[in-house]
Amino acid sequence: MKLYLKIWRQKDASTPGKIVDYTLDGVEGDMSFLEMLDILNEELVSKGEEPVEFDHDCREGICGTCSLQINGEPHGPDRLVTTCQLHMRKFNDGDTIVIEPFRAKAFPVIKDLIVDRSAFDRIQQAGGYISVNTSGNTIDANTIPINKYDADEAMDAATCIGCGACVAACKNASAMLFTSAKVSQFALLPQGQVEATERVQNMVRQMDLEGFGNCTNTGACEVECPKGISLTNIARMNREYLSATCKG
Amino acid sequence: MGILDSKIPSGPLADKWTKHKNDINLVNPANKRNIDIIVVGTGLAGGAAAATLAELGYNVKTFCYQDSPRRAHSIAAQGGINAAKNYQGDGDSNYRLFYDTIKGGDYRSREGNVYRLAEVSGNIIDQCVAQGVPFAREYGGMLDNRSFGGVLVSRTFYAKGQTGQQLLLGAYSAMNRQINRGKIQAYNRHEMMDLVLVDGKARGIIARDLVSGEIERHSAHAVVLATGGYGNVFFLSTNAMGSNVMAAWRAHRKGAFFANPCFTQIHPTCIPVSGDHQSKLTLMSESLRNDGRIWVPKKKEDAIAIREGKLKPTELAEEDRDYYLERRYPAFGNLVPRDVASRAAKERCDAGFGVNKTGEAVFLDFASAIERYGKEKALTSGLKNPDKATITKLGEEVVEAKYGNLFQMYEKIVDQNPYKTPMMIYPAVHYTMGGLWVDYNLQTTIPGCYSAGEANFSDHGANRLGASALMQGLADGYFVLPYTIGDYLSDDIRTGAIPTDSKEFDEAEQQVRDRMEKLMGGSGIHSVDYYHKKLGKIMWNKCGMARNEKELKEAIKEISDLRKDFWENVKVPGTIDSKNQELEKAGRVADFLELGELFAKDALHRNESCGGHFREEYQTEEGEALRDDENFKYVAAWEYKGEPKDAELHKEDLVYENIELKTRSYK
Repeated sequence: MKLYLKIWRQKDASTPGKIVDYTLDGVEGDMSFLEMLDILNEELVSKGEEPVEFDHDCREGICGTCSLQINGEPHGPDRLVTTCQLHMRKFNDGDTIVIEPFRAKAFPVIKDLIVDRSAFDRIQQAGGYISVNTSGNTIDANTIPINKYDADEAMDAATCIGCGACVAACKNASAMLFTSAKVSQFALLPQGQVEATERVQNMVRQMDLEGFGNCTNTGACEVECPKGISLTNIARMNREYLSATCKG
Repeated sequence: MGILDSKIPSGPLADKWTKHKNDINLVNPANKRNIDIIVVGTGLAGGAAAATLAELGYNVKTFCYQDSPRRAHSIAAQGGINAAKNYQGDGDSNYRLFYDTIKGGDYRSREGNVYRLAEVSGNIIDQCVAQGVPFAREYGGMLDNRSFGGVLVSRTFYAKGQTGQQLLLGAYSAMNRQINRGKIQAYNRHEMMDLVLVDGKARGIIARDLVSGEIERHSAHAVVLATGGYGNVFFLSTNAMGSNVMAAWRAHRKGAFFANPCFTQIHPTCIPVSGDHQSKLTLMSESLRNDGRIWVPKKKEDAIAIREGKLKPTELAEEDRDYYLERRYPAFGNLVPRDVASRAAKERCDAGFGVNKTGEAVFLDFASAIERYGKEKALTSGLKNPDKATITKLGEEVVEAKYGNLFQMYEKIVDQNPYKTPMMIYPAVHYTMGGLWVDYNLQTTIPGCYSAGEANFSDHGANRLGASALMQGLADGYFVLPYTIGDYLSDDIRTGAIPTDSKEFDEAEQQVRDRMEKLMGGSGIHSVDYYHKKLGKIMWNKCGMARNEKELKEAIKEISDLRKDFWENVKVPGTIDSKNQELEKAGRVADFLELGELFAKDALHRNESCGGHFREEYQTEEGEALRDDENFKYVAAWEYKGEPKDAELHKEDLVYENIELKTRSYK
């Protein structure tokens, strides 16, 4: 199929960017979206032009590196997939596709389609851990039984890949889904209880410092999340935050 | 030979590690604050090592090419992590895990290292649970297990099909705790370009900031390389696109021996290649072999009809199917080790029984599992005489609960519903057992340069068992390196900070700059990917699942020619001093073009078949691997001498005091 691509090109963080038009022929349905971009880049390099830079790594939907806004949607039109798992069979011959980086104040553009998501790391550094030494001298893993339902829910929250689609989808560029997924994982497990109060406060404080917006319960994040992280997590984080604030 | 001292402690197998820990030197907490350690790579091994070393009090700098440590490719491991907990009471023990690993590795790994791995395996699970890793649990609240290839017990712990992700996020969280304390400085989007040696010791690295293009100097008292495997030398593999051998290869060029490069794991259950545009291959977890049955048609005409789309696999009668693994290996059936399963698939496809358009695929069928689970579920739900549709529906629900994410991933990629029609799979490059040679302390042949996880060669011999990579990565990082590196650093308590303005750093930086200039200066005929794909084809066709003398010799010549062509004609657009993904790729492919040749040279010299290394000249009448313990019971460690063809072989004899060497049998 033949596609008309409108791609955001930006030299670096300090140079203004713009949309550039490309036409690409010979695209097949079995190609992934990123393989389609590989072909475009191969053409650009052979013409002596600079290829379009985009973030990607595992190309199997788990590392969370790829981050494209495709026709206005993070990771494109398909549900529960990352950009690398989106296949061209979802598009038709003659389609125009607009490709932009994830947009948020807290995710500045580095080059072309690549954004800086280190704000996510800093939120995790503020409290996304259990303070246990890694010496291995802990208790036997089966000493504390955990209700299967809680363990499964904690796992569901923990599957967040930190891609930032929730932020890119949100009209407020809020990172509540991302932050609440980690808060929830630990809130649901006995190991997370000891530091629950400080954790939620520190992570929320860092989230605000980074310039992410607030949640207004639109739910776009849940719809666009490639891992199906539930909005319930935000409710749980709010409850944790409230109870932490009451405890002081 | 004196140079290759594995430093395995003396004494009984089960006491070696404890004895060693009691004998080695320690660094007191106040002195640790004056010692710097660089950790390159932030996957399970690097992330765990960085967190633990920082927690002990050392000043740690981590480096990764990804934008965050959380994205290292350990994250993609699906199935699970082994540990000899014996929670299932099915006869597991440290000894059995040790034995299974040595046997699975086809008797090409060290007894001492592997026993230590088994010994600390249980601790890993304790540690991870304490960190909040949400492993799968049973209804009683206890941890659940499943079974993996090459073993007869259930010792694999898992977190759905995302075990690697959860363990990596655990290590990442431990790192974050230390970053928050200021004990780790994380340099993300940075690539190690070279290792710096001062007075023969590893004292730092030259790194490139991948955003600004700036070249940086970083010094330390020791350098840990936990940079993963080199599977991408095949271009197509299950590795991440960025996975590369650069750090390990730079260390090799500076004097670290590279061991057993030809020991590569080709994983049996991957989604088959669909076309030339393909950029990577996707794994379907080995755990699927717990319930999926692998088959091809018995008759060639049926295989042809299926390939042409004239016959549906579901229409083929049971007696016309060849469940070749169950036929050939009745004891282990579909759960034979990976090397055996891969070769068996290739054998059937080469014989003309492949089932997709290219003839390079076999079926992985869940129909019997769906029926079995459906009947069981109907029974426990009190349904009497359920019809077939009800059984199928119930069975599909059970299978979905177990493998739902994998089935969904398959459907997204292949556009077929694996609940209704069998999956198609084919082997793909997945893991490299070879890597930097290390002694029992995980130190390479360069003093102060350590290697952990997949980047080293130490524990898996000629074939790795499923769910053992995560175990080794975390064992090295959390529990081994933090002890052994202290023994070395105890000599450095008075050294003080290592200056970066020395001539050694000057020279190393200049070499890095010259190399990049040279890459940018090619005549500009072909792209980096052009060369990478060509290299991959040579590797897959001539150094892949089956190798022979003639083709290996051809491969050596072809890779050497391709390397020459690459340096003359590669096209790298952009500039050195800015973000430049093509330049990053070019540097990595340049190293693959050297490693590939050493790989073929190693495969050529090893005149035997063992584990993942199958030489067609050395096989039994039934087509099984024919090992030669008399002549090849050693680790082949190569010393860099300029061109790969000049690499010099050093041997480390493998001593088996506790295990009797046997022909591996899974029949």
